[in-house]
Amino acid sequence: MNRLSLALLAALAVALPLSLLAGRVWIDPLSLDQANAAVILMELRAPRALLALVVGGGLGAAGAAMQGYLRNPLADPGLFGIAPSAALGAVLSLWLGAAGVYALPAFALAGAAGAMALLALIAGRAGDSHGGVALFTLAGMMIASLAGALMSLAISLSPSPFALSEIVLWLMGALADRSWTDVLIATPPTIAGLACLLRAAPSLDALTLGDLAARSLGVEPRRLQGLIVAGVGLTVGAGVAVAGIIGFVGLMVPHMVRPFTDRRPSSLLVPSALAGALLLLVADCLCRLAPLAEGELRLGVALSLAGAPFFLALLLRLRRGLA
Amino acid sequence: MMLAAENLTLRHRLHGVTARFAPGQMTAICGPNGAGKSTLLACLAGLLSPDSGRIDPELPPQVRARQLGYLPQSGEVAWDVSVETLVSLGRLPWGGALAGETMRAIEAALSEMDLVPLRHRPLSHLSGGERARALVARVLAGLPAQGRRWLLADEPLASLDLAHAASLMRALRRQARSGAGVIVVLHDLAMAMNHADRVLVLSNGEIAADGPPETALSADIIARVWSARAMWLGEPGHRALALG
Repeated sequence: MNRLSLALLAALAVALPLSLLAGRVWIDPLSLDQANAAVILMELRAPRALLALVVGGGLGAAGAAMQGYLRNPLADPGLFGIAPSAALGAVLSLWLGAAGVYALPAFALAGAAGAMALLALIAGRAGDSHGGVALFTLAGMMIASLAGALMSLAISLSPSPFALSEIVLWLMGALADRSWTDVLIATPPTIAGLACLLRAAPSLDALTLGDLAARSLGVEPRRLQGLIVAGVGLTVGAGVAVAGIIGFVGLMVPHMVRPFTDRRPSSLLVPSALAGALLLLVADCLCRLAPLAEGELRLGVALSLAGAPFFLALLLRLRRGLA
Repeated sequence: MMLAAENLTLRHRLHGVTARFAPGQMTAICGPNGAGKSTLLACLAGLLSPDSGRIDPELPPQVRARQLGYLPQSGEVAWDVSVETLVSLGRLPWGGALAGETMRAIEAALSEMDLVPLRHRPLSHLSGGERARALVARVLAGLPAQGRRWLLADEPLASLDLAHAASLMRALRRQARSGAGVIVVLHDLAMAMNHADRVLVLSNGEIAADGPPETALSADIIARVWSARAMWLGEPGHRALALG
């Protein structure tokens, strides 16, 4: 565990208890006999905070792994089409009116699994020849575009105005009103996904030197592809299943972390997971506190609002770097 | 232990190439553009499978990675890592090796390529020559100090000036003298003439000449393979090529 990870862990250790106290109802840690304090803490804020850690950690690590795998700082876990496919699954469950506590995440995970299976099928065809990764990524983008189109279709054909508003609201991504069930649903796949990504880490380092050099260092492209698809699929799929689409975390976090590491993809994974968890925890708190006439600011919307300018600044910086 | 290509054929690129390479020797592969030099090197490195023919010995990728270092032509490094981090990537096939052994190999590679003062510098702050040396050091760090080892480099001199090219050739030669088998694709025929122990000339995917530099790169062969009138000047070991 290096200094950066320790610092991020320390920040999390401070932010987590604070996030439990902050909200529309502030809880005074010195007088916990406040009305409903226990209920608010245990049933509302604790699962929400844990979910922020799980989803944020998964997205951060998936983003770092994707950037390493594609050797591109602009890569994002959404590129493989797994997030839109998971969202499509969730939208279908809402459309069918079968959006129960378990049904919606199950539909979303099935959507993610479908995208992963399609990717695996395509990977088998694309082979590990030169340009295989490019073909693979393009295929992922096609899956994303297809899932997006199907979602739009579901929205335009939605059976009732109620279903329509549910779908649209869900797509915005949020952690509000989540329960321990959601934590239990999201945690195991995220941990399994993180394990896959960590196993892929040495191969991602080798890939820094390009495709051929990586293979000369003993990297097996098929195995790496499998680990990346499984790792990104499980973390992102689990995240979408419980929180909806939360963009830009996977893109932004590795960039924030990279300058503090030796820039090898493997040294980015754990800090990105921790920083992603921290970012989502803090962002969710701020959403909770933001004064809005009715309800609260949706987390996915807030992050995209912050993320778009960040992305733009990044592009400009890269351009300067090239010039 | 030899490294051998037996009757390698790859559609449109190699046609029945047979060649054996010995450790302790530096072999230069020369030939015009499109002659199949890089293809042959990638086959020898186990990175391309021929349509027919074989590479001997056939090793599993994990074993080969520890015995054979391959430097691709592209010189790509995706992230702006420091020289030391780049060199440490060469140790990846040794995953679980002792930290002391890893450090020793990295130190040896850095000092062999004269990079100790630059070790903490990011690649983006290096000159072309320094970068090329760092890339070679990455390969050296992955090779064992003793025993079976091969160093395959695809045009390592591209983008190097005269002095840096000569110093890199001397370093590769030192590797050969210390027991490594060195196979290097070269465009610069004078470099091949003066530094290689043996030259393999490829033309249209076939071997056009194979032997000591003085015979394999004779004026006749240059005329036949490169369609250029040329003459060697100077003494053996200090030759220069004059084009007519």
